[in-house]
Amino acid sequence: MADTPLTDSGIRRDGRARAMAERPNEAGLRRDGMLERLRLYGLSSPAILLILVILVLPVGWLFYVSFIGADGSFSLENYERMIKSKSYTRIFMTTFQVSFLTTGLCILIGYPLAYFISQLPPRLANLCLITVLLPFWTSLLVRTYAWLVLLQKTGLINTWAISLGLWDEPLKLVHNMTGTLIGMVHIMLPFLILPVYGAMRAIDRDFMKAAANLGATPKRAFWTVFFPLTTPGLFAGSLMVFILCLGFFVTPAVLGGGKVIMVSMKIVSNIELFVNWGAASALGVVLLVLTVAILWIASRFLRLEQIAGGGH
Amino acid sequence: MTTTTKEALPITVQNVTKTYGPVHALDDVSLEVRSGEFLTLLGPSGSGKTTLLMVLAGFTRPDCGSLKFGDREVIRTPPHLRDVGMTFQSYALFPHMTVAGNVGYPLRLRKLPKAEIAERVEKALETVQLGGFGERRIDQLSGGQRQRVAVARAIVFEPQILLMDEPLSALDKKLRDQMQIELRHLHEQLGMTTVYVTHDQREALTMSDRIAVVNNGRIMQLATPRDLYERPANRFVADFIGDSTFLPVKKRGDHVYYGDTALMHDAPPPEAKELMLMIRPERIVLTDDGPREGSNNFEATATNVVYQGDSFLLQAKLPDGGEIALRGATRGAQLSSMPSVGDRVMLSVAPEDTVLIDGTGA
Repeated sequence: MADTPLTDSGIRRDGRARAMAERPNEAGLRRDGMLERLRLYGLSSPAILLILVILVLPVGWLFYVSFIGADGSFSLENYERMIKSKSYTRIFMTTFQVSFLTTGLCILIGYPLAYFISQLPPRLANLCLITVLLPFWTSLLVRTYAWLVLLQKTGLINTWAISLGLWDEPLKLVHNMTGTLIGMVHIMLPFLILPVYGAMRAIDRDFMKAAANLGATPKRAFWTVFFPLTTPGLFAGSLMVFILCLGFFVTPAVLGGGKVIMVSMKIVSNIELFVNWGAASALGVVLLVLTVAILWIASRFLRLEQIAGGGH
Repeated sequence: MTTTTKEALPITVQNVTKTYGPVHALDDVSLEVRSGEFLTLLGPSGSGKTTLLMVLAGFTRPDCGSLKFGDREVIRTPPHLRDVGMTFQSYALFPHMTVAGNVGYPLRLRKLPKAEIAERVEKALETVQLGGFGERRIDQLSGGQRQRVAVARAIVFEPQILLMDEPLSALDKKLRDQMQIELRHLHEQLGMTTVYVTHDQREALTMSDRIAVVNNGRIMQLATPRDLYERPANRFVADFIGDSTFLPVKKRGDHVYYGDTALMHDAPPPEAKELMLMIRPERIVLTDDGPREGSNNFEATATNVVYQGDSFLLQAKLPDGGEIALRGATRGAQLSSMPSVGDRVMLSVAPEDTVLIDGTGA
C-alpha cells in the first residue's frame, strides 16, 4: 500500500471505498479499550460483592422469613396479622405522623436557616455550615441522651424557664411526642439544610437583581424567583428526612418513653420479646416496600441523584 | 414593531462617590446622559464603570451624590421602583420559566391583563427576531438567543431608560459584531436613553453616540467616538482607545519639537506640563521616495514585520531609540513593497494626524 499515490493534502487519489482503506492498529486499539473497561469493572467488583453479601442476600432472606408461619411452613399469617390487628395500624399511623411532623418542622426551621447561611460571605457561611454539621460527628446516642437530660422535669430547660418565670409548673417535654419530635428534628436538620443550602448557593445572584429591576418587590422576587429555584433542593431534603424518619429507632425509643411506638421499635420487640422472626421480617418488608414506593413516586417529580447532589 | 410612546428621559448624575474601604470605586462622578442618547461607559476592569451602572440601577448605594431620571430624584429609590430596563452580563434569565414566562414577568408584576401580556410578549420577541420562541425553555437557547430574550425582557415594559452591562461579552466574535448592529438598530427604533457598559473599545466606537472613558472611578473623557479617537484628552484615553505610538515632545516658543525637529500640527497643543506626540499606526504613510513635503517625516529601522492578512504591522526603531508602529494595507503594490527587518524606512505623518496630548494623565 505504500506505493498508493497521495495528493499533497494526504487524500488518496485512487478513490477506493473507505472501508477498504488501510486501518492501522485497529485491533490493538480495540483491545486497549476493552482492557480499560475491564480494569474499571475490576475496581468496582469489591463494592459490588459487598453490596451483594450485606444487602441483597439479607434482604432476600428477610423476605423469605416473612412468609414463614409459626409452624415453619409457607404462610401469609405475618401479613394477615398486620392488617387485622389494630395495634399495627396505630404503629404505622404513629410512624407516619412522626415522620410528617419531623419533616414539616425541619422545613420550617431549616429553610430560613439555610437561607440565612446562603446569604453570608463564603467564609462565614462555611463556619456556619460546620456548626450545622457538628452534630453529625457526635454519636446519635449521646445526642439523644443529652436531650433527655435537658428536657426532663428537673432538666436544664424546665429549671431555667421556671426561674425566669416563663412557666410555673415543669412542662412535660420528654417521654412523649414532644420530646420525640424535638430530638428527631435536631438530628434530621442537617439532612434538610444541606441540599437546600446547595440549591440556594447555586442561584445566580443576578436573578434577584433582575427580578427587582423588572419591578418585583423583595417579597415578590423571593416567591416568584428564589423559592421556585430552591424547590428541587427542598424536595430532596424533605424526602431524605422523611425516609430516614420512617425507620428511625434510637431517638423515639429513648425520648418517646414507650408512648411513641414506631415500626422499628415494634420490630425490635417482636424479636427481643416474642422471638418472632417472621413477624419482624414482615414489618421490615412492609417498611422497605413503603420506602421504595415513596422513592418511586418522588422520582417521578425529580431525579434521584438530586437527593445526593442537591442544587439543580 | 414596538415603539415607545413615552418620552425618553435624560439621566443626570451629580457628585456620586462610592468607596470600598480606601478604594474609590467612584470618585465624585458627574455625568449627563441626554434623552434618547446611546452612551457607553468604557474602561478597563475595576475602573468603576460597572459600579456606576449599578448605582443607576439601584443595586449599589453610593456614599453620596444625586441621580435624576428626568426631574425625578431617584438616588434613594429602591431598584424595583426605578422603572428602568436592564440586561445583565450573565443574562439572568430565570431558568424555571419559559421564554414567554421571562419576557412576561415584568408585565405580570404590573398586573396587566393576560391577553395584553401575551400580545406584548410576542411583539417584544418579534422585535428581537425571536417570534414564536415563547414556549422554549431557557436551556434550549443558544447564547445569542438568550441575549435577545434578555433584551426583550428589558424592553417589554417600555422603560424610558435601558441599562446594559457588557451584554455581548459572552458571545463569539462574529455573533458579537452582528448583535452590535442589531442593538444599535433597536435603539434607533425604540429611542430609549441607553447606558451601555463595555471594556471593548471597538464595540464602544461602533455603537455609541457618546463614550465616557472611565478609569480609577473617574470619567477621563466624555466625547463622541470620533473626538475620542482623534482628539483624546490625555494619555490614558489615547492609550486605551486604539493602538498608538507615543513620543515625548517639548514646547519651545511657538513650536513643538521632537528632538530638534519642529513638528507641523493642525490642532493647537493642550496646556500641559508634559506634552506627548500621539501617532495612530494606520495614519503613518510608508514613503519610498524620501521625505514628504508638508508632512512630519521620521527615519527609522524596521525591527519587526508581521503579516496579518488584512494588513501588516511594522515596528521600527527611531534614531533616538523610540519605538514606532505602523499599520499598512496589504493591497496590491503595498504588499509587495512590505519592508523586511533591518530595512531603513521613511515614515511620514500628515499635520492633521499629528496629535499633541497631555502626557500626564495616567
